[in-house]
Amino acid sequence: MPSTRHITPRNGDVLLMVGTMKGAFLLRAGKGRASWDVAGPYFPGNAVYAMAYDGRAGRHRIWAGPKSMHWGGLLRSSDNFGRTWTNPREANVKFPEGTGAALEQIWQIIPGRASEPNTLYCGVEPAALFTSRNAGKSWSLVEGLWNHPQRPRWQPGGGGLCLHTVLLDPERSDRAAIAVSTAGFYVTEDGGASWRPSNKGVRAEFLPDKHPEFGQCVHKVVQSTSKPERMYLQNHWGLYRSDDRGASWTDIANGVPSDFGFAMAIHPQDPDCAWIVPLESDEFRCTPEGKLRVYRTRNGGKKWEAMTRGLPQKGAFETVLRDAMAVDALDPAGVYFGTRSGKLFASADEGKKWISLADGLPPIVSVKAAVVSIPRGRKGA
Amino acid sequence: MSLVFVIPGPLRELARNRSEIRVDGAAGSVSGALSLLWRECPAVRDRIMTELGEVRPHVNIFVDGENIRDSGGLAGDVRDGAEIVILPAVSGG
Repeated sequence: MPSTRHITPRNGDVLLMVGTMKGAFLLRAGKGRASWDVAGPYFPGNAVYAMAYDGRAGRHRIWAGPKSMHWGGLLRSSDNFGRTWTNPREANVKFPEGTGAALEQIWQIIPGRASEPNTLYCGVEPAALFTSRNAGKSWSLVEGLWNHPQRPRWQPGGGGLCLHTVLLDPERSDRAAIAVSTAGFYVTEDGGASWRPSNKGVRAEFLPDKHPEFGQCVHKVVQSTSKPERMYLQNHWGLYRSDDRGASWTDIANGVPSDFGFAMAIHPQDPDCAWIVPLESDEFRCTPEGKLRVYRTRNGGKKWEAMTRGLPQKGAFETVLRDAMAVDALDPAGVYFGTRSGKLFASADEGKKWISLADGLPPIVSVKAAVVSIPRGRKGA
Repeated sequence: MSLVFVIPGPLRELARNRSEIRVDGAAGSVSGALSLLWRECPAVRDRIMTELGEVRPHVNIFVDGENIRDSGGLAGDVRDGAEIVILPAVSGG
């Protein structure tokens, strides 16, 4: 096994968690985000589709969902920035007896709201949502979604039948949303007891009925924290905005080279600002014209501008997957993304210019960013 | 009945760093033999089996050198004194 390097983040540093098909990497930088330390690989050989930072209740805990091709997947956590990881005796996220399902992949880990510091959510394949109410010690299936009458008709996309997006409404604790490929966008308003599809306006190019109630292949959805009614959705063909918490969706593919893509990120404060990386088509899932371009809108999708400074514009047939783009919470916001060819880029000025953080990592499937908060009296690692 | 399990390297941390585990009890089948292993070493169960009680697709179990996928699966016979070897398959990528 390769030797593993470590990082020692300090309070206020930016932490990047990068999941790849062959392990995870951690990076840190100070607020200027000009110079980065790289650590890893963690879980060498394991596919890591999901990572998260939990800075609530005095923690500085990193979660990861490594999956060994041989030994399966489970959630592991580290309280010392990767120096040691838990290795649960029992698989902690698993389907109960009687469901007839077995865990394929952990796709998403989301810490709950600040008001529920011991709650975590986990989206998995086959499409299901799990919750923990005791800071990750134990997990249970969200039965209201699992028993949804439409679930047997959900179909797997190219990446499997995965629940890849979990959005917690910042204003209403009983309201949350999830997205599944291929089922679409679903909303609960009663804390997960019941769910309804919410795909009005989102098209399904691959079905005879282009606007079904459910069955859309939603690739990613993001929600504004400052204006929660504002959401953006990157579809399998289609780029959308909602101003009513997903009740309806408006096409905003204005001036982008393609409305096909996976990755999407929203500004931490400005609800009118979002980033995407368009791909040519579902047949050719690479950046159009061999140019690696991030597109940014600053007016809610009325117009998109290519952000290319520092990104390769020749022979760059790259793919950026649905969870491989993230923003930090600083001002100006940092934007990060990784490619399937193992390139990792960062912008400390909201996309105006980019620097390469790594080149030659295994295929990148997940990028998450966090600002580290270490309680007084504790060291970073 | 006495059986010996050979534990693969990646799982030894979960088996108190043992490469071999001897178990005693009535087995009758591969499934019964594995139950004896889970009793002795519960932490390896979820790594070897799925929630559906099936051997993970990229794990192979050999009883006296015979892959159980070719010889009766979990219901196959196990003799007294058998050596049961658990190995990751050659799959990768």
